[in-house]
Amino acid sequence: MKVRTKPYGEMEISDRQKISFPRGIFGFEELREFALLDARQAPFYWLQSLQRVEIAFVLIEPHFFRPDYTPDVEPAELQEIGIDSPDDMLVFAIVTIPEDSSRMTANLQGPLLINRRSRVGRQSISANPRWAVRHIILEELALAKRGA
Amino acid sequence: MIGDQVEISIVDIKGDQVKLGINAPSQVKVYRREVYTAIQEENRAAAAASPERLPQIEGLFDGPSGPPEGPKKEKA
Repeated sequence: MKVRTKPYGEMEISDRQKISFPRGIFGFEELREFALLDARQAPFYWLQSLQRVEIAFVLIEPHFFRPDYTPDVEPAELQEIGIDSPDDMLVFAIVTIPEDSSRMTANLQGPLLINRRSRVGRQSISANPRWAVRHIILEELALAKRGA
Repeated sequence: MIGDQVEISIVDIKGDQVKLGINAPSQVKVYRREVYTAIQEENRAAAAASPERLPQIEGLFDGPSGPPEGPKKEKA
């Protein structure tokens, strides 16, 4: 199906790329239907609202720069989207890119969890106090590489 | 009890209606609201950025050792 996207204009996506967020995401509760796109720049993705073309989020998988990351959300929130085991889910963090893009940050405290089979997702709040709303990706990536 | 700080009690029962009381330290509720608000604001800031900012960091992830091993790209 054809969709309009903020970064790439009109493009073709498959059904598998459609993700439903029954509760929207925080601050955008009315936005329930999205498309998950690979960004042209690895390792990012775009979560494009199918209801408002100007709303699209850059995503990154937390393990990319924090191999030690676990969402640590309440089991009830996982059950709500039918997740029984970690293998069932995709985990993404929303990326905020300031004017100086080298300072871009990822929200590890409010991860997006998606059931990979049903393509249903939600934003959750991590119970783990280690995770903040802004983690500087390039700094933590450098630390992760040094530790490897 | 929920955890060691939140207490749920039955305040009243009338027919098939049960009135519950919730006793929680106020700092517990304040923490959740603050976090929720912070995430809301961060989401809005993230949505506001223009896509042109993303290309500027192309190449920054490339290097002799490459990015750390991540989960499979396959999204099922």
